Amino acid sequence: LQLDFWLAPRRLGLPVDIRVPFRSLQAVKAHLEASGVSYSIMIEDVQALLDEEQTEMLRSSRQRSVDTTTFNYEAYHTIDEIYNFMDMLVAENPNLVSKLEIGRSTENRPLYVLKFSTGGTNRPAIWIDTGIHSREWVTQASGVWFAKKIVQDHANNEGVASILETMDIFLEIVTNPDGFAYTHTTNRMWRKTRSRHAGAICVGVDPNRNWDAGFGDAGASGNSCSETYHGPYPNSEPEVKSIVDFVKSHGNIKAFVSIHSYSQLLLYPYGYTETPAPDEQELHELSAKAVAALSSLYGTKFKYGSIITTIYRASGSTVDWTYNQGIKYSFTFELRDTGRYGFLLPANQIVPTAQETWLALKVIMEHARDNSY
Amino acid sequence: RAMELPPGHFPAARAAAVAVEYLRYLRGGPGSGLRLRELQRARRQDIDDVGHKYYLELELEDVLDKDRTVSCTAEVLYHLGSKTSAPDVQLTVQGELRSTEAADKEFYNRIRSLEKELVAENIPDSHGNVPPELEPIHLLAWVASGYVIWQNSTENTKFHLAQVKHVKQVKRNDEDLQFDFVLLLHEMVSQEVLPWEVTLLWHPQRGARVTQS
Repeated sequence: LQLDFWLAPRRLGLPVDIRVPFRSLQAVKAHLEASGVSYSIMIEDVQALLDEEQTEMLRSSRQRSVDTTTFNYEAYHTIDEIYNFMDMLVAENPNLVSKLEIGRSTENRPLYVLKFSTGGTNRPAIWIDTGIHSREWVTQASGVWFAKKIVQDHANNEGVASILETMDIFLEIVTNPDGFAYTHTTNRMWRKTRSRHAGAICVGVDPNRNWDAGFGDAGASGNSCSETYHGPYPNSEPEVKSIVDFVKSHGNIKAFVSIHSYSQLLLYPYGYTETPAPDEQELHELSAKAVAALSSLYGTKFKYGSIITTIYRASGSTVDWTYNQGIKYSFTFELRDTGRYGFLLPANQIVPTAQETWLALKVIMEHARDNSY
Repeated sequence: RAMELPPGHFPAARAAAVAVEYLRYLRGGPGSGLRLRELQRARRQDIDDVGHKYYLELELEDVLDKDRTVSCTAEVLYHLGSKTSAPDVQLTVQGELRSTEAADKEFYNRIRSLEKELVAENIPDSHGNVPPELEPIHLLAWVASGYVIWQNSTENTKFHLAQVKHVKQVKRNDEDLQFDFVLLLHEMVSQEVLPWEVTLLWHPQRGARVTQS
Protein backbone atom coordinates (compact mmCIF):
# COMPACT_ATOMS: atom_id res chain seq x y z
CA LEU A 1 0.00 0.00 0.00
CA GLN A 2 3.03 2.29 0.45
CA LEU A 3 1.52 4.06 3.44
CA ASP A 4 3.61 6.89 4.90
CA PHE A 5 2.89 7.44 8.61
CA TRP A 6 3.26 11.11 9.57
CA LEU A 7 2.06 10.35 13.09
CA ALA A 8 2.86 6.76 13.82
CA PRO A 9 0.71 4.41 15.90
CA ARG A 10 1.78 4.61 19.54
CA ARG A 11 -0.97 3.19 21.70
CA LEU A 12 -4.70 2.68 21.80
CA GLY A 13 -6.75 5.87 21.88
CA LEU A 14 -4.18 8.06 20.14
CA PRO A 15 -4.69 9.30 16.58
CA VAL A 16 -2.58 8.21 13.64
CA ASP A 17 -1.83 10.37 10.59
CA ILE A 18 -1.19 8.63 7.29
CA ARG A 19 -0.24 9.93 3.87
CA VAL A 20 -1.96 7.58 1.43
CA PRO A 21 -0.88 7.37 -2.22
CA PHE A 22 -3.77 7.92 -4.58
CA ARG A 23 -3.88 4.35 -5.88
CA SER A 24 -4.21 2.97 -2.33
CA LEU A 25 -7.00 5.31 -1.27
CA GLN A 26 -9.92 3.01 -1.98
CA ALA A 27 -8.31 0.07 -0.25
CA VAL A 28 -7.42 2.06 2.86
CA LYS A 29 -10.86 3.65 3.14
CA ALA A 30 -12.57 0.30 2.70
CA HIS A 31 -10.39 -1.27 5.36
CA LEU A 32 -10.98 1.50 7.89
CA GLU A 33 -14.71 1.52 7.32
CA ALA A 34 -14.98 -2.23 7.56
CA SER A 35 -13.05 -2.12 10.83
CA GLY A 36 -15.19 0.68 12.23
CA VAL A 37 -12.23 3.04 12.50
CA SER A 38 -13.27 6.69 12.08
CA TYR A 39 -11.08 8.96 10.00
CA SER A 40 -11.02 12.45 8.60
CA ILE A 41 -9.11 14.02 5.75
CA MET A 42 -6.53 16.58 6.90
CA ILE A 43 -5.05 17.36 3.51
CA GLU A 44 -6.87 16.45 0.30
CA ASP A 45 -3.89 16.68 -2.01
CA VAL A 46 -0.38 16.81 -0.61
CA GLN A 47 1.16 17.32 -4.03
CA ALA A 48 -0.93 20.44 -4.60
CA LEU A 49 0.29 21.90 -1.31
CA LEU A 50 3.88 21.15 -2.18
CA ASP A 51 3.51 22.71 -5.62
CA GLU A 52 2.01 25.79 -4.04
CA GLU A 53 4.81 26.02 -1.54
CA GLN A 54 7.42 25.72 -4.28
CA THR A 55 5.86 28.53 -6.27
CA GLU A 56 5.60 30.64 -3.14
CA MET A 57 9.24 30.04 -2.30
CA LEU A 58 10.42 30.95 -5.76
CA ARG A 59 8.30 34.04 -5.71
CA SER A 60 9.26 35.27 -2.32
CA SER A 61 12.96 34.63 -2.55
CA ARG A 62 14.16 38.04 -1.67
CA GLN A 63 16.71 38.28 -4.44
CA ARG A 64 16.57 41.72 -5.96
CA SER A 65 15.36 41.38 -9.54
CA VAL A 66 17.80 42.80 -12.07
CA ASP A 67 15.28 44.32 -14.43
CA THR A 68 11.63 45.19 -14.70
CA THR A 69 10.99 42.07 -16.79
CA THR A 70 11.91 39.64 -14.02
CA PHE A 71 10.36 41.84 -11.30
CA ASN A 72 7.57 39.98 -9.56
CA TYR A 73 4.34 41.96 -10.06
CA GLU A 74 2.36 39.25 -8.27
CA ALA A 75 3.87 39.93 -4.87
CA TYR A 76 3.88 42.72 -2.34
CA HIS A 77 7.18 44.58 -2.07
CA THR A 78 9.06 46.69 0.43
CA ILE A 79 9.75 50.36 -0.08
CA ASP A 80 13.37 49.64 -1.07
CA GLU A 81 12.23 47.14 -3.67
CA ILE A 82 9.76 49.63 -5.14
CA TYR A 83 12.29 52.47 -5.21
CA ASN A 84 14.73 50.10 -6.88
CA PHE A 85 12.07 49.15 -9.42
CA MET A 86 11.60 52.83 -10.27
CA ASP A 87 15.31 53.29 -10.91
CA MET A 88 15.39 50.22 -13.13
CA LEU A 89 12.37 51.43 -15.11
CA VAL A 90 14.00 54.80 -15.71
CA ALA A 91 17.32 53.20 -16.66
CA GLU A 92 15.58 50.91 -19.15
CA ASN A 93 13.48 53.68 -20.69
CA PRO A 94 15.41 56.94 -20.42
CA ASN A 95 13.57 58.55 -23.30
CA LEU A 96 10.15 58.01 -21.79
CA VAL A 97 10.46 57.86 -18.00
CA SER A 98 12.12 60.18 -15.52
CA LYS A 99 12.02 60.27 -11.73
CA LEU A 100 11.24 63.52 -9.93
CA GLU A 101 11.74 64.15 -6.23
CA ILE A 102 8.91 66.45 -5.19
CA GLY A 103 9.78 66.62 -1.52
CA ARG A 104 10.67 64.66 1.59
CA SER A 105 8.46 62.92 4.12
CA THR A 106 8.45 63.67 7.87
CA GLU A 107 11.08 60.96 8.38
CA ASN A 108 13.06 62.37 5.47
CA ARG A 109 12.24 59.73 2.90
CA PRO A 110 12.26 61.02 -0.68
CA LEU A 111 8.86 61.50 -2.32
CA TYR A 112 9.28 60.26 -5.88
CA VAL A 113 7.03 60.83 -8.87
CA LEU A 114 7.58 59.07 -12.19
CA LYS A 115 7.03 61.25 -15.23
CA PHE A 116 6.08 59.58 -18.50
CA SER A 117 6.53 61.95 -21.43
CA THR A 118 7.29 61.77 -25.12
CA GLY A 119 8.36 65.39 -25.24
CA GLY A 120 6.86 68.85 -25.48
CA THR A 121 6.95 71.48 -22.78
CA ASN A 122 4.54 71.36 -19.86
CA ARG A 123 1.98 69.33 -21.80
CA PRO A 124 -1.48 68.84 -20.30
CA ALA A 125 -1.05 66.06 -17.81
CA ILE A 126 -2.68 63.26 -15.87
CA TRP A 127 -1.78 62.61 -12.24
CA ILE A 128 -2.18 59.25 -10.53
CA ASP A 129 -1.21 58.52 -6.93
CA THR A 130 -1.29 55.27 -4.99
CA GLY A 131 -0.48 54.43 -1.39
CA ILE A 132 -1.51 57.68 0.28
CA HIS A 133 -2.99 55.45 2.98
CA SER A 134 -0.17 53.08 3.73
CA ARG A 135 -2.15 49.97 4.73
CA GLU A 136 -3.89 49.85 1.35
CA TRP A 137 -1.17 47.64 -0.09
CA VAL A 138 -2.93 46.64 -3.31
CA THR A 139 -2.69 50.29 -4.40
CA GLN A 140 1.10 50.68 -4.28
CA ALA A 141 1.38 47.25 -5.91
CA SER A 142 -1.01 48.38 -8.65
CA GLY A 143 0.98 51.58 -9.10
CA VAL A 144 4.08 49.50 -9.85
CA TRP A 145 2.10 47.52 -12.42
CA PHE A 146 0.71 50.72 -14.00
CA ALA A 147 4.25 52.07 -14.42
CA LYS A 148 5.35 48.99 -16.31
CA LYS A 149 2.13 48.97 -18.33
CA ILE A 150 2.64 52.52 -19.54
CA VAL A 151 6.13 51.62 -20.74
CA GLN A 152 4.88 48.47 -22.46
CA ASP A 153 2.00 50.27 -24.20
CA HIS A 154 4.40 52.88 -25.48
CA ALA A 155 6.84 50.26 -26.76
CA ASN A 156 4.05 48.40 -28.55
CA ASN A 157 2.34 51.55 -29.78
CA GLU A 158 -0.99 50.57 -28.27
CA GLY A 159 -3.17 51.44 -25.30
CA VAL A 160 -2.00 54.71 -23.74
CA ALA A 161 0.62 55.31 -26.46
CA SER A 162 -1.84 57.63 -28.19
CA ILE A 163 -2.46 59.55 -24.97
CA LEU A 164 1.29 60.02 -24.54
CA GLU A 165 1.45 61.74 -27.91
CA THR A 166 -0.20 64.81 -26.47
CA MET A 167 -0.21 64.40 -22.69
CA ASP A 168 2.18 63.53 -19.88
CA ILE A 169 1.44 61.07 -17.08
CA PHE A 170 2.69 61.60 -13.53
CA LEU A 171 2.57 58.62 -11.17
CA GLU A 172 3.40 58.75 -7.47
CA ILE A 173 3.52 55.13 -6.31
CA VAL A 174 4.52 55.45 -2.64
CA THR A 175 2.72 58.60 -1.65
CA ASN A 176 3.11 57.94 2.07
CA PRO A 177 6.52 56.24 2.45
CA ASP A 178 6.83 56.64 6.23
CA GLY A 179 3.47 54.97 6.77
CA PHE A 180 4.34 52.28 4.25
CA ALA A 181 7.63 51.45 5.98
CA TYR A 182 5.72 51.29 9.26
CA THR A 183 3.24 48.77 7.83
CA HIS A 184 6.19 46.52 7.00
CA THR A 185 8.12 46.87 10.25
CA THR A 186 5.55 47.43 12.97
CA ASN A 187 1.84 47.72 12.25
CA ARG A 188 0.30 46.36 9.08
CA MET A 189 -2.87 48.40 9.77
CA TRP A 190 -1.21 51.83 9.87
CA ARG A 191 -3.05 54.39 7.73
CA LYS A 192 -1.73 57.86 8.45
CA THR A 193 1.57 59.68 8.08
CA ARG A 194 4.10 59.44 10.91
CA SER A 195 4.30 63.08 11.90
CA ARG A 196 4.45 64.34 15.47
CA HIS A 197 2.95 67.76 15.96
CA ALA A 198 3.31 70.00 18.98
CA GLY A 199 0.59 69.26 21.49
CA ALA A 200 -0.54 66.09 19.74
CA ILE A 201 -0.66 63.01 21.96
CA CYS A 202 -0.60 60.56 19.09
CA VAL A 203 1.43 60.15 15.92
CA GLY A 204 0.27 60.74 12.41
CA VAL A 205 -2.20 62.74 10.34
CA ASP A 206 -4.71 61.35 7.85
CA PRO A 207 -3.25 62.59 4.55
CA ASN A 208 -6.70 62.39 3.00
CA ARG A 209 -8.15 64.94 5.46
CA ASN A 210 -5.25 67.38 5.35
CA TRP A 211 -6.07 69.22 2.12
CA ASP A 212 -7.43 72.73 1.97
CA ALA A 213 -11.01 71.95 0.99
CA GLY A 214 -13.50 72.18 3.82
CA PHE A 215 -10.51 71.63 6.11
CA GLY A 216 -11.56 70.84 9.67
CA ASP A 217 -15.27 70.63 8.84
CA ALA A 218 -17.40 67.65 9.80
CA GLY A 219 -15.95 64.53 8.23
CA ALA A 220 -12.54 64.65 9.88
CA SER A 221 -11.34 64.53 13.47
CA GLY A 222 -9.47 67.08 15.56
CA ASN A 223 -8.15 64.32 17.79
CA SER A 224 -4.60 63.31 16.93
CA CYS A 225 -5.29 59.73 18.04
CA SER A 226 -8.01 59.34 15.42
CA GLU A 227 -7.47 57.64 12.08
CA THR A 228 -9.12 60.64 10.40
CA TYR A 229 -7.13 63.34 12.24
CA HIS A 230 -6.96 66.30 9.87
CA GLY A 231 -3.76 67.70 11.34
CA PRO A 232 -3.08 71.12 12.89
CA TYR A 233 -3.62 73.05 9.63
CA PRO A 234 -4.03 72.36 5.90
CA ASN A 235 -0.95 70.94 4.16
CA SER A 236 0.78 70.41 7.50
CA GLU A 237 1.97 67.09 6.09
CA PRO A 238 4.96 67.29 3.72
CA GLU A 239 3.47 64.36 1.78
CA VAL A 240 0.46 66.56 1.01
CA LYS A 241 2.26 69.89 0.66
CA SER A 242 4.66 68.49 -1.92
CA ILE A 243 1.77 67.47 -4.16
CA VAL A 244 0.01 70.81 -3.66
CA ASP A 245 3.20 72.65 -4.65
CA PHE A 246 3.71 70.38 -7.63
CA VAL A 247 0.16 70.76 -8.91
CA LYS A 248 0.21 74.54 -8.53
CA SER A 249 3.57 75.02 -10.19
CA HIS A 250 2.77 72.62 -13.03
CA GLY A 251 -0.47 74.43 -13.72
CA ASN A 252 -1.59 72.15 -16.53
CA ILE A 253 -2.94 69.00 -14.89
CA LYS A 254 -6.24 67.98 -16.46
CA ALA A 255 -7.11 64.78 -14.61
CA PHE A 256 -6.20 63.79 -11.05
CA VAL A 257 -6.81 60.29 -9.73
CA SER A 258 -6.08 59.25 -6.15
CA ILE A 259 -6.19 55.52 -5.49
CA HIS A 260 -7.29 53.80 -2.30
CA SER A 261 -8.62 50.45 -1.17
CA TYR A 262 -10.99 48.80 -0.28
CA SER A 263 -14.71 48.92 -1.17
CA GLN A 264 -14.86 48.82 -4.99
CA LEU A 265 -16.04 52.37 -5.56
CA LEU A 266 -15.33 55.14 -8.05
CA LEU A 267 -15.90 58.50 -6.38
CA TYR A 268 -15.93 62.14 -7.46
CA PRO A 269 -16.25 65.38 -5.44
CA TYR A 270 -17.50 66.48 -3.05
CA GLY A 271 -16.92 64.83 0.29
CA TYR A 272 -17.11 67.93 2.47
CA THR A 273 -20.43 69.30 1.27
CA GLU A 274 -23.73 68.03 -0.04
CA THR A 275 -23.74 70.74 -2.70
CA PRO A 276 -23.30 68.88 -5.97
CA ALA A 277 -20.15 69.60 -7.94
CA PRO A 278 -20.97 71.84 -10.93
CA ASP A 279 -19.73 69.13 -13.30
CA GLU A 280 -21.54 66.34 -11.48
CA GLN A 281 -23.48 65.14 -14.48
CA GLU A 282 -20.42 64.77 -16.65
CA LEU A 283 -18.43 63.14 -13.85
CA HIS A 284 -21.29 60.75 -13.14
CA GLU A 285 -21.55 59.70 -16.78
CA LEU A 286 -17.80 59.33 -17.08
CA SER A 287 -17.79 57.21 -13.93
CA ALA A 288 -20.43 54.93 -15.43
CA LYS A 289 -18.26 54.38 -18.50
CA ALA A 290 -15.12 53.82 -16.46
CA VAL A 291 -16.82 51.33 -14.18
CA ALA A 292 -18.29 49.44 -17.14
CA ALA A 293 -14.81 49.14 -18.64
CA LEU A 294 -13.40 47.91 -15.34
CA SER A 295 -16.13 45.36 -14.96
CA SER A 296 -15.69 44.03 -18.49
CA LEU A 297 -12.49 42.23 -17.59
CA TYR A 298 -13.32 40.02 -14.60
CA GLY A 299 -16.88 41.04 -13.73
CA THR A 300 -15.77 43.02 -10.67
CA LYS A 301 -18.65 45.23 -9.60
CA PHE A 302 -18.03 48.84 -8.62
CA LYS A 303 -20.49 51.41 -7.35
CA TYR A 304 -19.96 55.09 -8.17
CA GLY A 305 -21.10 58.53 -7.12
CA SER A 306 -20.03 61.51 -5.11
CA ILE A 307 -17.97 60.86 -1.99
CA ILE A 308 -20.58 62.26 0.40
CA THR A 309 -23.49 60.21 -0.92
CA THR A 310 -21.64 57.00 -1.66
CA ILE A 311 -19.30 56.42 1.24
CA TYR A 312 -19.42 59.13 3.95
CA ARG A 313 -18.84 62.79 4.63
CA ALA A 314 -15.11 63.52 4.47
CA SER A 315 -13.54 66.96 4.72
CA GLY A 316 -10.10 68.04 3.57
CA SER A 317 -9.87 65.26 1.02
CA THR A 318 -7.50 65.22 -1.93
CA VAL A 319 -9.86 65.36 -4.87
CA ASP A 320 -12.09 68.03 -3.35
CA TRP A 321 -9.03 70.27 -3.30
CA THR A 322 -7.87 69.35 -6.80
CA TYR A 323 -11.37 69.86 -8.18
CA ASN A 324 -11.60 73.29 -6.57
CA GLN A 325 -8.26 74.10 -8.20
CA GLY A 326 -9.99 73.62 -11.53
CA ILE A 327 -8.94 70.05 -12.25
CA LYS A 328 -12.32 68.92 -13.53
CA TYR A 329 -11.59 65.19 -13.82
CA SER A 330 -10.81 64.52 -10.18
CA PHE A 331 -11.56 60.98 -9.02
CA THR A 332 -10.90 58.68 -6.10
CA PHE A 333 -10.89 54.93 -6.56
CA GLU A 334 -11.46 52.37 -3.82
CA LEU A 335 -10.10 49.10 -5.25
CA ARG A 336 -10.79 45.44 -4.33
CA ASP A 337 -12.29 43.93 -2.35
CA THR A 338 -15.56 44.55 -0.50
CA GLY A 339 -14.44 43.23 2.87
CA ARG A 340 -13.64 39.55 2.56
CA TYR A 341 -9.91 40.29 2.85
CA GLY A 342 -10.11 44.09 3.02
CA PHE A 343 -6.65 45.60 3.42
CA LEU A 344 -5.09 42.12 3.42
CA LEU A 345 -5.90 41.35 -0.21
CA PRO A 346 -4.10 38.16 -1.33
CA ALA A 347 -1.13 38.87 -3.56
CA ASN A 348 -2.58 36.76 -6.35
CA GLN A 349 -5.23 39.46 -6.80
CA ILE A 350 -2.72 42.27 -7.39
CA VAL A 351 -2.40 41.83 -11.14
CA PRO A 352 -6.13 41.26 -11.86
CA THR A 353 -6.91 44.33 -9.74
CA ALA A 354 -4.34 46.44 -11.55
CA GLN A 355 -5.48 45.20 -14.96
CA GLU A 356 -9.15 46.00 -14.43
CA THR A 357 -8.42 49.35 -12.78
CA TRP A 358 -6.21 50.30 -15.70
CA LEU A 359 -9.16 49.93 -18.06
CA ALA A 360 -11.12 52.45 -16.00
CA LEU A 361 -8.14 54.80 -15.84
CA LYS A 362 -7.81 54.68 -19.62
CA VAL A 363 -11.44 55.75 -20.02
CA ILE A 364 -10.78 58.74 -17.77
CA MET A 365 -7.50 59.62 -19.50
CA GLU A 366 -9.01 59.36 -22.96
CA HIS A 367 -11.93 61.54 -21.93
CA ALA A 368 -9.53 64.14 -20.54
CA ARG A 369 -7.56 64.07 -23.77
CA ASP A 370 -10.69 64.39 -25.94
CA ASN A 371 -12.35 67.07 -23.84
CA SER A 372 -9.70 69.69 -23.34
CA TYR A 373 -10.59 72.67 -21.21
CA ARG B 1 -44.51 55.66 4.14
CA ALA B 2 -41.28 53.81 3.34
CA MET B 3 -38.88 55.87 1.22
CA GLU B 4 -37.01 54.24 -1.66
CA LEU B 5 -33.22 54.48 -1.20
CA PRO B 6 -30.54 54.34 -3.91
CA PRO B 7 -28.68 51.05 -3.32
CA GLY B 8 -25.44 52.79 -4.23
CA HIS B 9 -25.71 55.25 -1.34
CA PHE B 10 -24.21 54.45 2.00
CA PRO B 11 -27.26 54.28 4.29
CA ALA B 12 -28.63 51.25 2.44
CA ALA B 13 -25.17 49.69 2.19
CA ARG B 14 -24.64 49.96 5.95
CA ALA B 15 -27.98 48.36 6.76
CA ALA B 16 -27.30 45.56 4.29
CA ALA B 17 -23.95 44.89 5.95
CA VAL B 18 -25.66 44.51 9.33
CA ALA B 19 -28.14 42.02 7.89
CA VAL B 20 -25.34 39.94 6.37
CA GLU B 21 -23.28 39.95 9.57
CA TYR B 22 -26.33 38.83 11.56
CA LEU B 23 -26.95 36.02 9.08
CA ARG B 24 -23.29 34.96 9.31
CA TYR B 25 -23.70 34.60 13.05
CA LEU B 26 -26.92 32.60 12.68
CA ARG B 27 -25.93 30.35 9.80
CA GLY B 28 -22.17 30.51 9.40
CA GLY B 29 -19.71 27.75 10.21
CA PRO B 30 -16.28 26.42 9.36
CA GLY B 31 -17.46 25.26 5.94
CA SER B 32 -19.39 28.25 4.69
CA GLY B 33 -18.75 31.95 4.18
CA LEU B 34 -21.81 34.03 3.39
CA ARG B 35 -21.22 37.18 1.41
CA LEU B 36 -23.38 39.90 -0.07
CA ARG B 37 -23.32 39.67 -3.84
CA GLU B 38 -25.71 42.50 -4.51
CA LEU B 39 -28.04 44.86 -2.71
CA GLN B 40 -30.97 44.97 -5.09
CA ARG B 41 -33.42 47.21 -3.36
CA ALA B 42 -33.66 49.29 -0.20
CA ARG B 43 -36.37 51.31 1.49
CA ARG B 44 -36.39 53.19 4.75
CA GLN B 45 -39.15 54.04 7.16
CA ASP B 46 -38.74 56.53 9.98
CA ILE B 47 -40.93 55.38 12.88
CA ASP B 48 -41.67 58.06 15.45
CA ASP B 49 -40.33 57.31 18.93
CA VAL B 50 -38.93 53.99 17.72
CA GLY B 51 -36.19 54.41 15.15
CA HIS B 52 -35.31 53.86 11.50
CA LYS B 53 -36.32 50.67 9.75
CA TYR B 54 -34.71 49.49 6.54
CA TYR B 55 -36.35 47.03 4.15
CA LEU B 56 -33.78 45.27 2.01
CA GLU B 57 -33.67 42.83 -0.88
CA LEU B 58 -30.32 41.06 -1.03
CA GLU B 59 -28.60 38.52 -3.20
CA LEU B 60 -26.17 36.36 -1.23
CA GLU B 61 -23.52 33.80 -2.10
CA ASP B 62 -21.16 31.43 -0.33
CA VAL B 63 -17.54 32.43 -0.99
CA LEU B 64 -16.73 28.73 -1.30
CA ASP B 65 -19.43 28.11 -3.92
CA LYS B 66 -19.82 31.16 -6.09
CA ASP B 67 -22.01 29.54 -8.73
CA ARG B 68 -24.98 29.54 -6.43
CA THR B 69 -26.85 32.48 -4.98
CA VAL B 70 -29.83 32.85 -2.71
CA SER B 71 -32.20 35.75 -2.26
CA CYS B 72 -32.87 37.26 1.09
CA THR B 73 -35.30 39.86 2.34
CA ALA B 74 -34.27 41.62 5.51
CA GLU B 75 -35.62 44.22 7.89
CA VAL B 76 -33.11 46.12 9.97
CA LEU B 77 -34.41 48.37 12.74
CA TYR B 78 -31.97 50.78 14.30
CA HIS B 79 -33.41 51.92 17.61
CA LEU B 80 -33.58 55.59 18.52
CA GLY B 81 -30.76 56.66 20.79
CA SER B 82 -29.05 53.53 19.61
CA LYS B 83 -26.08 53.61 21.93
CA THR B 84 -27.22 50.72 24.05
CA SER B 85 -29.09 48.28 21.93
CA ALA B 86 -28.25 46.23 18.90
CA PRO B 87 -30.34 46.69 15.74
CA ASP B 88 -33.23 44.25 15.38
CA VAL B 89 -32.78 42.11 12.31
CA GLN B 90 -35.38 39.87 10.72
CA LEU B 91 -34.52 37.87 7.65
CA THR B 92 -36.05 35.41 5.25
CA VAL B 93 -33.74 33.41 3.01
CA GLN B 94 -35.21 31.96 -0.15
CA GLY B 95 -33.46 28.92 -1.52
CA GLU B 96 -30.72 26.69 -0.25
CA LEU B 97 -27.00 27.12 -0.23
CA ARG B 98 -24.86 24.02 -0.46
CA SER B 99 -24.83 21.70 2.51
CA THR B 100 -21.75 21.85 4.69
CA GLU B 101 -22.59 18.81 6.79
CA ALA B 102 -19.67 16.70 5.61
CA ALA B 103 -17.14 19.53 5.85
CA ASP B 104 -18.42 20.49 9.29
CA LYS B 105 -18.10 16.92 10.52
CA GLU B 106 -14.56 16.56 9.17
CA PHE B 107 -13.51 19.81 10.79
CA TYR B 108 -15.14 18.88 14.09
CA ASN B 109 -13.40 15.49 14.18
CA ARG B 110 -10.07 16.97 13.17
CA ILE B 111 -10.11 19.59 15.92
CA ARG B 112 -11.42 17.19 18.56
CA SER B 113 -8.59 14.80 17.80
CA LEU B 114 -5.81 17.37 18.09
CA GLU B 115 -3.42 16.53 20.89
CA LYS B 116 -2.32 20.07 21.44
CA GLU B 117 -4.89 22.85 21.42
CA LEU B 118 -4.85 24.81 18.18
CA VAL B 119 -3.20 28.23 18.34
CA ALA B 120 -2.75 30.56 15.39
CA GLU B 121 -2.24 34.21 14.63
CA ASN B 122 -2.55 36.74 11.85
CA ILE B 123 -5.19 35.19 9.66
CA PRO B 124 -4.81 36.34 6.90
CA ASP B 125 -1.16 37.33 7.15
CA SER B 126 0.17 40.65 5.86
CA HIS B 127 0.17 39.35 2.30
CA GLY B 128 -3.39 38.05 2.43
CA ASN B 129 -2.40 34.39 2.79
CA VAL B 130 -4.57 31.94 4.70
CA PRO B 131 -3.11 28.42 4.96
CA PRO B 132 -5.79 25.99 3.72
CA GLU B 133 -6.03 24.17 7.04
CA LEU B 134 -6.82 27.48 8.76
CA GLU B 135 -9.55 28.54 6.34
CA PRO B 136 -12.28 26.95 8.52
CA ILE B 137 -10.95 28.91 11.50
CA HIS B 138 -11.10 32.06 9.38
CA LEU B 139 -14.73 31.28 8.55
CA LEU B 140 -15.55 30.66 12.22
CA ALA B 141 -13.99 34.05 12.97
CA TRP B 142 -16.55 35.48 10.54
CA VAL B 143 -19.25 33.91 12.68
CA ALA B 144 -17.80 35.45 15.83
CA SER B 145 -17.29 38.85 14.18
CA GLY B 146 -20.82 38.59 12.75
CA TYR B 147 -22.14 38.61 16.30
CA VAL B 148 -19.93 41.48 17.47
CA ILE B 149 -20.68 43.57 14.40
CA TRP B 150 -24.41 43.02 14.65
CA GLN B 151 -24.38 43.95 18.33
CA ASN B 152 -22.36 47.12 17.81
CA SER B 153 -23.71 48.56 14.58
CA THR B 154 -25.46 51.90 14.20
CA GLU B 155 -26.48 53.91 11.15
CA ASN B 156 -23.10 55.64 11.48
CA THR B 157 -20.91 52.57 11.33
CA LYS B 158 -19.85 49.91 8.83
CA PHE B 159 -17.71 47.14 10.22
CA HIS B 160 -15.68 44.40 8.55
CA LEU B 161 -13.42 41.74 10.03
CA ALA B 162 -9.93 42.99 9.17
CA GLN B 163 -7.87 40.14 10.60
CA VAL B 164 -7.85 37.37 13.16
CA LYS B 165 -5.03 38.60 15.36
CA HIS B 166 -4.97 35.52 17.57
CA VAL B 167 -7.02 32.37 18.06
CA LYS B 168 -6.69 29.75 20.74
CA GLN B 169 -8.71 26.58 20.99
CA VAL B 170 -9.85 25.71 24.51
CA LYS B 171 -10.66 22.05 25.07
CA ARG B 172 -13.94 21.41 26.81
CA ASN B 173 -15.53 18.55 28.68
CA ASP B 174 -18.78 18.86 26.72
CA GLU B 175 -19.21 18.39 22.98
CA ASP B 176 -18.72 21.96 21.86
CA LEU B 177 -15.57 23.34 20.31
CA GLN B 178 -14.39 26.55 21.96
CA PHE B 179 -12.24 29.20 20.29
CA ASP B 180 -11.00 32.31 22.04
CA PHE B 181 -10.44 34.96 19.39
CA VAL B 182 -8.75 38.32 19.32
CA LEU B 183 -10.28 39.92 16.24
CA LEU B 184 -9.37 43.17 14.53
CA LEU B 185 -12.48 44.92 13.28
CA HIS B 186 -12.21 47.72 10.73
CA GLU B 187 -14.84 50.43 11.09
CA MET B 188 -15.22 52.23 7.78
CA VAL B 189 -16.60 55.63 8.88
CA SER B 190 -14.05 56.34 11.60
CA GLN B 191 -11.44 54.16 9.82
CA GLU B 192 -10.46 52.73 13.17
CA VAL B 193 -9.15 49.17 13.48
CA LEU B 194 -10.35 47.91 16.84
CA PRO B 195 -9.27 44.78 18.71
CA TRP B 196 -12.04 42.68 20.12
CA GLU B 197 -11.90 39.56 22.32
CA VAL B 198 -14.61 37.02 21.55
CA THR B 199 -15.23 33.50 22.77
CA LEU B 200 -17.09 31.30 20.29
CA LEU B 201 -18.64 27.90 20.93
CA TRP B 202 -19.50 25.74 17.94
CA HIS B 203 -21.06 22.35 17.34
CA PRO B 204 -21.85 20.78 13.94
CA GLN B 205 -25.54 20.29 14.71
CA ARG B 206 -26.17 23.02 17.25
CA GLY B 207 -24.29 25.75 15.45
CA ALA B 208 -22.49 28.69 17.01
CA ARG B 209 -22.91 30.92 19.96
CA VAL B 210 -20.84 33.72 21.40
CA THR B 211 -20.40 33.46 25.13
CA GLN B 212 -18.24 36.46 25.73
CA SER B 213 -17.25 39.55 23.83
